[in-house]
Amino acid sequence: MPEELDYVIGQLGREPNRIELGMLELMYSEHCSYKSSRPILKILPREGPRVLVGPGYDAGIVDIGNGYVVAFKIESHNHPSAIDPYNGAATGIGGIVRDILCTNCRPVALLDSLRFGPPRKGRTKWLLKYVVKGISDYGNRIGVPTVAGEVEFDESFETNCLVNVACVGIGRRDSIVLAKMESPGDYIVLMGSSTGRDGIHGVTFASKTITAESEEERPSVQIGDPFMKKMIIEATLEAVATGFVAGLKDLGGAGLTCALSEMSFKGGTGVEVELERVHLREEDMTPYEIMLSESQERMLFVVKPEGLERVLGVFRKWGLPHSVIGRVTDTGEILVKYRGEVVARLPSKLLAEAPVLHRRAKRPRDLAKALKVPKPREPKDLGRALVRLLSSPNIASKEPIYSQYDYEVGIRTIVKPGDGDAAVLRLLEEPRAIAVKADCNSRHCRLDPFNGHAGAVAESARNVVAVGAEPIAAVDCCNFGNPERPEVFWQFSEGIRGLSYMLEGLGIPCVGGNVSFYNEDERTGRAVNPTTVVVTLGLVEELDWVTTMAFKEHGDEIFAVGRTYAEMGGSEYYHWIHGISGGRPPRASPGRERSSMAIVKEAIRRGLIDAAHDCSKGGIAVALAIMAIKGGLGIDVDLGRIPRSGVGRLDELLFSESYARFVISARPGSARELRAIAERHGGAISRLGRVVDSSELFMRYGGRAIRCGLGELREAWNGSMRRYLGEL
Amino acid sequence: MRIAVLNFPGSNCELDTIYVLRRLLNLDAELVWHEAFDRSGYDAAILPGGFSYGDYLRAGTIAAHSPAMKHVRAMADEGKPVIGICNGFQMLTEAGLLPGALLRNEGLSFVCRWVSLRVESNRSALTWLLPKGAIIRLPIAHAEGRYVNERRAIRELWRNGQVILTYVDELGNPTPDANPNGSMDNIAGICNERGNVVGLMPHPERGAEGVLSPFGSEDGLMLFESLLYFMNGGDRICGAG
Repeated sequence: MPEELDYVIGQLGREPNRIELGMLELMYSEHCSYKSSRPILKILPREGPRVLVGPGYDAGIVDIGNGYVVAFKIESHNHPSAIDPYNGAATGIGGIVRDILCTNCRPVALLDSLRFGPPRKGRTKWLLKYVVKGISDYGNRIGVPTVAGEVEFDESFETNCLVNVACVGIGRRDSIVLAKMESPGDYIVLMGSSTGRDGIHGVTFASKTITAESEEERPSVQIGDPFMKKMIIEATLEAVATGFVAGLKDLGGAGLTCALSEMSFKGGTGVEVELERVHLREEDMTPYEIMLSESQERMLFVVKPEGLERVLGVFRKWGLPHSVIGRVTDTGEILVKYRGEVVARLPSKLLAEAPVLHRRAKRPRDLAKALKVPKPREPKDLGRALVRLLSSPNIASKEPIYSQYDYEVGIRTIVKPGDGDAAVLRLLEEPRAIAVKADCNSRHCRLDPFNGHAGAVAESARNVVAVGAEPIAAVDCCNFGNPERPEVFWQFSEGIRGLSYMLEGLGIPCVGGNVSFYNEDERTGRAVNPTTVVVTLGLVEELDWVTTMAFKEHGDEIFAVGRTYAEMGGSEYYHWIHGISGGRPPRASPGRERSSMAIVKEAIRRGLIDAAHDCSKGGIAVALAIMAIKGGLGIDVDLGRIPRSGVGRLDELLFSESYARFVISARPGSARELRAIAERHGGAISRLGRVVDSSELFMRYGGRAIRCGLGELREAWNGSMRRYLGEL
Repeated sequence: MRIAVLNFPGSNCELDTIYVLRRLLNLDAELVWHEAFDRSGYDAAILPGGFSYGDYLRAGTIAAHSPAMKHVRAMADEGKPVIGICNGFQMLTEAGLLPGALLRNEGLSFVCRWVSLRVESNRSALTWLLPKGAIIRLPIAHAEGRYVNERRAIRELWRNGQVILTYVDELGNPTPDANPNGSMDNIAGICNERGNVVGLMPHPERGAEGVLSPFGSEDGLMLFESLLYFMNGGDRICGAG
């Protein structure tokens, strides 16, 4: 942009040369600089007693006690995945794993949040099949289990699918390494794959809208090598254990340029590198290409001079290519030499701190109309509607997807995909566990970015609570359209306001995130639904608290926690059964969330609960059905007992997606204690009925009754993904 | 009694296996980098699961031709237990230490799930303590686990009690639905004639603790305990036959 060039010339007192211009262009891209989003993201709460490293580093790090820390982070790989789903998704994992690794934590879990167009479309089938294959081939090979995630289908993602990947690592508090260069004289070592021409301008490509010509940008997609990555993981952990690694960062977007400028800027130092020392894939690469390459599987080590040989010895043992490319200086600038000549010389600060842009925000004009839709007629056979809803790809079992991921490797996964609301991973060293889950309801977010995004925080926190954990921190991944359009920027700023409102309300700090803009289809001019995926991390202090969603025993009593409202807008019921995409989505309330979560947490800790499941897509009816399917047991409940306000219709009671609700099952005779707990936390609870030894869901409401066979429900829920998408 | 767990580039179940041997069974187990492996001083070798050398050529092939395999082969000849789990099983068939081959799953995709298995023979080092006909539960996670061999050779395996584990349904029947990868005769694991070389696709190290099992089972531990008894001279405690 011309203003940015003027700014650079003003700061430098001269025109930048071609290489410098290339470096600045990359660092000033939206992807690297967060120039549009930074002023808005400031409002997110990021402090907390457990927070050791917050936003601004490769990963957020939180203290989980007894000397252990958890590092986690989420990133998008939307643009590459939309044109090369296999390599795009695979390198998405590669990048996020390196982010965790460079804090010196061992990556122990991956989560994938995927969004595609309508399931029957050919493009959806192609994208989904190869995204899943990419994740499976890469994730499985590096020995990091893929333990959780979510998949959403909506028209807005047809061209521009969303592929967000989160990684969680566990390490020791006393051995965290940061992406900093603090001591002049330290050596700078590039380790891993050779530097090639792949991915040059990858971040520039990721910072614009996908067009018909995007297919021609396929060379901008990097190619991953999971075998190399697995060795890099082990060699990196072994190298850091020598005690001579002073700083560490992975090379991702903007390659060497980004790593050198950010690490030296954070440490208040400078660097001097000699590009002819970099190990190359192709001989005749120019300094411009070397500085801008985004070749995968590379790490940048800052090594104490006295330990250089020890560290290089580790790389030799693993047979990993490496080169000592320069040293840390005290000049505050990036000095790049090639065959004795200075080819670029720029202050680190100029590269690392792009000028901020203040974008204009405007509420979309057609939104008010979308919120007001007439209520559809209630179907006669609501049992039928429930069966159909279970077969909606947004609700149906994702088993055909997650069974392709190795979710067991590492022997930590104690709550596996499909068994609980969140994945639970035990610590190997002591009897505690962590829980993680990624969530967002993008239709809610489109209709009401504020409440929808607050709801995303609440849902992922509820899921973590349902498995027996205390939520302790979150990371977010924002996916939006073109921020230069005021309507999109309004969605973004409202969304972040919503996140902030719920995070503050629940006392959960945001320790990291990622922003992906320009997710839209140029042909139709349609942006993706505003989608911020929230990953909440929870801590399970005792393994006895771990809770899954299947009903366990007949005779157990079923309770609804939290109040139901007639909040049907953006619901799966409206969409899948009635073809309605509008309406007012649920209102988020931190107070109600706190009460409901406190009830479930306490009930779990007192050992009262056998099963817990949060209510989200498809409402209370879908929650009950899935718990019954999972347990292979029937239920007999009176829907009239569901705590509610202003709900006049049975379909609304069944399928409303109001937040702050759970369904739980408890041992017979727990009702009095549960009511006392609910009263203490100011929340609503009511006994609906019991788990029965039958193969039927029997739901009464006044004089009406709904009966559904368990077999029919199971068939709808289990078989649907394959019916719509074929063999994956 | 020392057990070597071989670490090839790309192995990824090596630490899990070490954890089970050391932490749960208090055994002297050592992670050995493949280039440094020398069989002297070891009483058994375990080839762990993973994707050795990325499985880029064919699963297990490159490792099967590495110098470390010479020592593995010598141990097998000496009658010492050599156990291949998942990728390790693939190495053993590629190296010719076990008969047959492991091809791409019939469904073409990677499959991760818990399966029921029937113990078909207890002459192997891993099933030594298990009663024949017992149903055990372990997870599988592989893309190339379809066991194939000539019909005649498979009949031979059955006759010699070298088929040790088969995929079965809840009731113990080897149905097509219970077969996750299309293996001939639902075969999940086999051994050599002496019973000291064993290969299996399921992961006993992932099924050794109740906390990890959807069924609360600890069957994987029994397989490693069998190995211990086999190494100790083979005193069976119960259920022999």
